[in-house]
Amino acid sequence: MIAIVDYGAGNLDSVKKALDHLGAGVVVTSQPESVAAADKVVLPGVGHFSSLRSLGSTSLGEALQQAAASGKPFLGICLGMQWLFDGSEECIEIAGAGIFPGKCRRFPCSVKSPHVGWNSLAIWEGSRLLRGVAQDSFVYYTHSFHAPVVAGTAAATEYGLEFTAAVEHDNIFGVQFHPEKSGDVGLAILKNFCEV
Amino acid sequence: MLTKRIIACLDMDGGRVVKGVRFKNLRDAGDPAECATAHARNGADEIVLLDITATSGNRYTLLDAICKTARSLFVPFTVGGGIRQLDDAAAVFDAGADKIAINSAAVRDPALIGKIARRFGSQAVVVAIDARKVDGSFEVFIAGGRVPTGRDAIQWAREAAACGAGEILLTSMDRDGTQSGFDCHLVRAVAEAVSIPVIASGGAGSARDFVEVFHDGCADAALAASIFHFGIENIAELKRELHDAGVPVRWPC
Repeated sequence: MIAIVDYGAGNLDSVKKALDHLGAGVVVTSQPESVAAADKVVLPGVGHFSSLRSLGSTSLGEALQQAAASGKPFLGICLGMQWLFDGSEECIEIAGAGIFPGKCRRFPCSVKSPHVGWNSLAIWEGSRLLRGVAQDSFVYYTHSFHAPVVAGTAAATEYGLEFTAAVEHDNIFGVQFHPEKSGDVGLAILKNFCEV
Repeated sequence: MLTKRIIACLDMDGGRVVKGVRFKNLRDAGDPAECATAHARNGADEIVLLDITATSGNRYTLLDAICKTARSLFVPFTVGGGIRQLDDAAAVFDAGADKIAINSAAVRDPALIGKIARRFGSQAVVVAIDARKVDGSFEVFIAGGRVPTGRDAIQWAREAAACGAGEILLTSMDRDGTQSGFDCHLVRAVAEAVSIPVIASGGAGSARDFVEVFHDGCADAALAASIFHFGIENIAELKRELHDAGVPVRWPC
């Protein structure tokens, strides 16, 4: 069973629909016990970094930290991926999980913000999440803040600068783009996660 | 590289997709869910569903169509029409939309843009502007193009962006449904005035029109309805032509 974590931000339904479509068993939950009981955890999210406030010093936040530390496959999507980093300039008083180093920052003024639309992936070799996904495949983005390229970066995208499109380390995965809105490429990525 | 988006728009009336010329003479073009998935399969980067009867119509019909469409659609899905307050937007998001488009309500109450953006994120708020050339400048019309507002489209786009809009969906009423090409002058003026993406709409008739609106109009995306519904143009073929003309598109898709 995959737990899709509902912490009051964004439209979780589209992630659920995509996983349903792939035949995965999913439960949308805001209960720490359900997160603890799940085989895999998906932390979706779209919108403002401040909506992660509810993951701060709450039992749900602790359950997520424990799930990530337990070796259970964990996928952060968009804001959920940004949560895996130290934090974001978008809301400096809220800390991320700090699993990957660095803060999410605004795009440079040289490009329009938000970054909206389909952009291509430069995929690092050996990514499990992106297994079978062709180099330069297009995925759908909508975000104003980006995560830096770090040792765990599994794919990068160029928009004014190079930023992390996907990260992975052991059981922890994150994507800045929306796999649930990225057509067949996105579904293939979610399928890889289901099969990790 | 960030690509230029091709967006298929479905105008819906009473639960059916329709298309008219200059918002009139509506013709039936099919079931929303079927049309949406067919367009996505064909290479549409995004789907927009506009309920053109919503201001006086039945919300249940719209919400039901959104539910059915969202179930099998794995590309971004925007819904507009009749969204007057935060609760209307929330119902549309709950039904499965990724973004909402607001038009008349935003003109009447610009604060609504910020209210929806704060709850659902700016990325989820598209401000739709219907503009018509009047005495050398572009005037904003509301209520499905029926009511002139006296407002300048470029200034309104700027204000909408400042209020928290994530994208502008800009329709040239003069060109809508005519297949005589986008109004590149209008699109460029707005695209240069705001830092958020601008979706050009109204007038798509050929691949060349799309090339022009991306090159000359500086559009981030282009939307069309009529040319995609009746098989006049295949989106995959359109994208190949754009690719050949040097426009970055999601290709192959």
